[in-house]
Amino acid sequence: MDELPIQSGDDVVRVRQRVRVLAAECGLSLVDQTKVVTAASELARNALVHGGGGLARVEVVRSGNGKSGVRIGFSDEGPGIPDLDLALTDGWTSGDGLGLGLSGARRLVDEFELTSKAGGGTSVVVVKWSR
Amino acid sequence: MERVPILKIGRTLFVSIQIDLQDESVLRLQEDLADELAKTGARGVIIDITSVEIVDSFIGRMLTMIGSISRLFDAETVLVGMRPAVAITLTELGLSLRGVRTALNADKGLEMLNGRA
Repeated sequence: MDELPIQSGDDVVRVRQRVRVLAAECGLSLVDQTKVVTAASELARNALVHGGGGLARVEVVRSGNGKSGVRIGFSDEGPGIPDLDLALTDGWTSGDGLGLGLSGARRLVDEFELTSKAGGGTSVVVVKWSR
Repeated sequence: MERVPILKIGRTLFVSIQIDLQDESVLRLQEDLADELAKTGARGVIIDITSVEIVDSFIGRMLTMIGSISRLFDAETVLVGMRPAVAITLTELGLSLRGVRTALNADKGLEMLNGRA
């Protein structure tokens, strides 16, 4: 498993590049690679902007039925998300964005697990499987 | 931070994005383009994204804003060369890039600008 810091815009680019390499390695189609890299970009930016920086853990995983996929975990020690349902609504934004980052990232991956509590940081784990 | 160069050819500004875009580079491009539009009086902007592997919500929003800013300088922006995988991902993400015109390639983008009365 690779652990990558997310402390700057350059780090967000590095996370994207690492996810791209692993997604290609485990046989994701070009469209699926693009989707998971885009989702990773949204979530890494969230960790940087809203979480005050954090960590990405990127790895290749295998399912019981022999498929492979790429799993990325993002964590930060930021203020957390008080209302998860609201945060996952299209168009809802805590800042001046479009409010598509979190909800859009969820649509682009196969598995999406968000845990957060007010004052306790945020963790998001996503998986994209090969078809 | 890497900067994206802007070329002026005739009355058109050409931007070809050849780097892995980080947020600061896109913000800088927005400022540089506004400066160039004010300085040159260019009537069109072509942004070539043939080499761009992903457009996420931030980059998409910045491209839309570049379109709006150009319009304030009486210039039209055309986004050209979007990869099929990027188009599919953008749509699923929920981004429509409203207000930005698109063309298949730089040739067609230029035709679009020149057809403008």
